[in-house]
Amino acid sequence: MLFTTSNFIFFIIILTTLYYLIPKRFQWMLLLSASLIFYGIAGTSYLIYISLTIVSTYIATMAIDRIQEAYNTSIKENKDSLTREERKEIKAEMTAKKKLWLVLALVFNFGILALLKYSDFIVSNIYRDFGGFGFVLPLGISFYTFQTMGYLIDVYWGKYRAERNIFKLGLFSSFFPQLIQGPISRFDDLSPSLLAEKDFNWETFSFGVQRILWGYFKKLVIADRLLIAVNTIIRNPDSYQGIYVLLGMFFYGIQLYADFTGGIDIAIGVGQVFGIRLKENFNRPYFSKSITEYWRRWHISLGTWFRDYMFFPISVSKPMIRLSKKIRKNYSNEIGKRVPVYIATLLVWLTTGIWHGAAWNFIVWGLGNGIVILISQELTPLYDKFHRKFDVKDKFYFKLFQVTRTFWLMSFLRTFDCYRDVATTFRMYFSILTVRNLSEVLNGGIMNLGLGMEDYILLAVSILILLMVSLNQRRGAIRVELSKRPVFLSYILFFTLFISIIIFGSYGIGFDQSQFIYSQF
Amino acid sequence: MDIILELLEDLHPEVDFEQCNTLIDDKILDSFDIVSLVTDLSEEFDISIAAEELTPENFNSAKAIYEMVERLVD
Repeated sequence: MLFTTSNFIFFIIILTTLYYLIPKRFQWMLLLSASLIFYGIAGTSYLIYISLTIVSTYIATMAIDRIQEAYNTSIKENKDSLTREERKEIKAEMTAKKKLWLVLALVFNFGILALLKYSDFIVSNIYRDFGGFGFVLPLGISFYTFQTMGYLIDVYWGKYRAERNIFKLGLFSSFFPQLIQGPISRFDDLSPSLLAEKDFNWETFSFGVQRILWGYFKKLVIADRLLIAVNTIIRNPDSYQGIYVLLGMFFYGIQLYADFTGGIDIAIGVGQVFGIRLKENFNRPYFSKSITEYWRRWHISLGTWFRDYMFFPISVSKPMIRLSKKIRKNYSNEIGKRVPVYIATLLVWLTTGIWHGAAWNFIVWGLGNGIVILISQELTPLYDKFHRKFDVKDKFYFKLFQVTRTFWLMSFLRTFDCYRDVATTFRMYFSILTVRNLSEVLNGGIMNLGLGMEDYILLAVSILILLMVSLNQRRGAIRVELSKRPVFLSYILFFTLFISIIIFGSYGIGFDQSQFIYSQF
Repeated sequence: MDIILELLEDLHPEVDFEQCNTLIDDKILDSFDIVSLVTDLSEEFDISIAAEELTPENFNSAKAIYEMVERLVD
């Protein structure tokens, strides 16, 4: 059931009605049933995979919790009789037991993900004629696996106690609005709001509906319309080169943003309709002044997942600290300090690439990002020197230059995601330098991409609205601002938005109802 | 405490680390700084700082870092 189908809208209407009619203590159970129905409709076999993840995580976290509790009790009871060394020994024993459960659950769950998502890629790189195992990839598996494994690691670290009710853990793992493309939530953040009993609140409900409408506007009016031009360019690399490649990068940058943030708006809005707060996943990323900043503001929940559960554990692991000390002692203090950060950064970006898909283009894209981040890290002293000499840091034109540079840098890297073939991507990069077709593009070429003049006008107006909304968001949420104005103003604005989605949305005859891009990851 | 302040000043000489208690919340220390600081602290105090210690509460101020180090030395 796509977010953009009428079935989904009916599903939400029926669910919302039931949610606020039934006794409040049953609300979370209704959400769990709805999530399983939603997922079961997508594929009945998917239910088996997600159940395996929920059950295995439940068993492991309960075991970890029991081991920790037994240790705490034993230390409390024998506080005075144990020596420091004995306490250390008992702690080490307890940690080893906990680690065993952690590793078993991680291997099992990432094993399922690897088997379903990566086995074809690995084997086909070894045996060229390999036709594939034909595994069906469950919808959103990368998202729910990461979310559940984050919970497992948090319990292992003792951040909070394990959830004792497997069905409540099941709801956290399968909550349907975030199942397809995130955000990847944290248990301590989402669960209280997910399980709380809620009264109907008109303000929260209407904010939720407004957010959903805004998401549909981005997805149906902007992203799915731009998709036509993007597909024309990237599916015909022999015909569309030179300036078309730059145009494709620009269009894809906007399409991806509108598609992904639109999907997240719908997910957050649906959550809000039920009184559930999902974390924001974007913070106006195209206003970033550097690639590092961009990655702090784009798909935030994935970035923080990788930081907390991979980057930090690798970079401060004992072998890494030992290696760092060794280099500091024998070679150079500066290099020794950098080594853990650099190795962890490259590993994280390699994994981020692989997370996005089992293909070389994603691996190159991931490593490309890591390398650019490390280069900009190395160039920091040079930037500082430049800023000491020239007082431009706070000047508008310099900020505009930085924002534009980051947008195009990201667009160039994202081209690997577009063409899905490393060699073609490099061929297209090269064509930007060799094929001179600016006049062809301006003299009607742009009209051969599947979009007419009315589409371009509509896109220009819609993107301008998007830009103005983004600029205004610096002052806070627009819906909150609007709610302070006369009520009819909000109604007029959102009625106009609703009508524009109905009239200008890319659906119906001639349009392909497209999946959200991130649902494929 | 002096050693910790010295290490922090090496990272960002422009920051008043004695006063600031929002080092993470205000994004003064980024993840690269934290790892760099952890390698320095491990070396200076001969301690092992595990990943679960890398929380905003432990790194928001020089005092919080000092308290974490004291706890780990014990």
